[in-house]
Amino acid sequence: MLAQQIVNAISLGGVYALFALGFTLIFGVLNVVNLAHGAVFMIGAYASLKAVVVLQLPLPAAILVAMLATGALGWLLDKFIFAPLRARHAPHLAPMIATIGVAITLTSLIEGTFGSENLRFPSEVLPAEALSMGGVQITWLELEIICLAFALMAILLWGLRKTGAGRALRGLAESPKAVALMGVNVESVFRVTSILAALLGGAAGMLIALYANAVFPRMGQPMLHKGIAVVILGGMGDIRGALLGGFFLGFAEVLSVAYVGSNMRDAIAFGLLFIVLLIRPQGLFGHVVQRRA
Amino acid sequence: MEWLESFWATYSTLVLSIGTNVLLALSIYLTLATGLLTVANAAFMGIGAYTAGLLTTQLGLPFFIALVLGSLLPALVALAIGRPTLRLSGVYLAMATLAFGEVVRIFILNAEGLTGGALGLNGIPQLTQWFDVALAVALTLFVLLRLARSRIGRTMEAICQDETATELMGLNVGAYKLLVFVLGAMLAGLAGGLNAHFTFFISPDEYGFDRAVEILAMGVLGGTGSPWGAVIGGLLITLLPELLRGLGHYRPLINGVILILIILYSPRGIWDLFRPDRESRRLPAAH
Repeated sequence: MLAQQIVNAISLGGVYALFALGFTLIFGVLNVVNLAHGAVFMIGAYASLKAVVVLQLPLPAAILVAMLATGALGWLLDKFIFAPLRARHAPHLAPMIATIGVAITLTSLIEGTFGSENLRFPSEVLPAEALSMGGVQITWLELEIICLAFALMAILLWGLRKTGAGRALRGLAESPKAVALMGVNVESVFRVTSILAALLGGAAGMLIALYANAVFPRMGQPMLHKGIAVVILGGMGDIRGALLGGFFLGFAEVLSVAYVGSNMRDAIAFGLLFIVLLIRPQGLFGHVVQRRA
Repeated sequence: MEWLESFWATYSTLVLSIGTNVLLALSIYLTLATGLLTVANAAFMGIGAYTAGLLTTQLGLPFFIALVLGSLLPALVALAIGRPTLRLSGVYLAMATLAFGEVVRIFILNAEGLTGGALGLNGIPQLTQWFDVALAVALTLFVLLRLARSRIGRTMEAICQDETATELMGLNVGAYKLLVFVLGAMLAGLAGGLNAHFTFFISPDEYGFDRAVEILAMGVLGGTGSPWGAVIGGLLITLLPELLRGLGHYRPLINGVILILIILYSPRGIWDLFRPDRESRRLPAAH
């Protein structure tokens, strides 16, 4: 029934938006297409799972562990990959290819360490009861996922609008030189952005892991593709675009699974991506980049 | 001679793989040297492999015909999607070709009646001989080396360095981009057809993201300054996991680490370290 699908779409869309936000932050501020974002997402899922299973932590603590782990990863990424390439004025595609390398390395490492099978959260940990509101069944889990995703996004948006650091970040996305001239430590803002984006990705990882109750090494890849589709749909580097695009994809996927069938689910994102790239490559909110002679 | 026979018994797949990987590396060399970051070569390889494989198993066509048709179909597909896709540049082009690759993989996966879906295509006759691969590689290398020194090659380099200037000189940049894209697809399809006929069994997963990245790694590792770079890249990427046999399972990891190290320390690829005339042949710069 439609109302049920809408609830599913909101939770799925929320997580997609969260993931896309991290991705678009790195593109907007660091000007890097971070193809390792999917791997970061996957690490977040594994970190939270291991926190629950091995460290016996409750779910809220597990999400903090996930964010800590991926935040550290974001720091490492910037320090050892993005920063050296920035210093060298490498062409734009260099960090992108490097992140492909990182993604593969991480995935392979996890596969080697934990195996490639699907791991699940122990069922005692997942709240199983459902609320019934107006004829719609919504599990506590789904509710938590929705609340958490929205909370994180709200915090991010508030931070970007109201804090000095947020302004520095937004300024950096527009003009690194101007921001540097205003006395902002540009390198540290880059570092923080990378950490922030990784935090969001890791949180998304844990949320999807809970939503689908599936954790496996390759889970980052389809997510990355969807994230790319969302970001291109919304406009690369645009935050509103990432938000709207995430929900749009969530709805498109859920509705297509409900009414068309689930084989083509992953293809929806690519189909959308292809169409957007052909008709309006700058996305909903992006601007056309002029090629300079 | 007995030594040769026992060597071949153990290592034939490896040697043949080196050959097809060199072909794949050459296919991506074409587009990288023109400044296009396209990662659709794995998909084209898959199209070629399935076409050739189906033609020999279902229709019993002779090997040569199957190979030719197996290279033509990817070229036609490239022609079809090339015009709109190649209007994009840099990151967007990479994304679009990535998406295209996934669409192809999903299509192969779902067209079960035709391709066997997730179960793959089985029982492909082992028709590839070493001289088929050697001939293909030698021919391709010869053509590409001549191409690199010709007007086409210079145009490719010009487009890579500055597309607008090239266009202003009256050269049809769009047509050249389409040319290298289609040629690359054809080569990748050929490699796919050859590969299918010595691996006996193919499945859609072999032509997905992992393969695309492996091909990219070969191109980047070897360097885009010359077709020889592709040869080096293909050779190394195929041999390294064998040399580090103990980590067989970790093969993708090796590719990943190689990519990172090359980008950080020698972005122009290994070929560049050996060139006497180190002009700047950079990675494609996004606009």
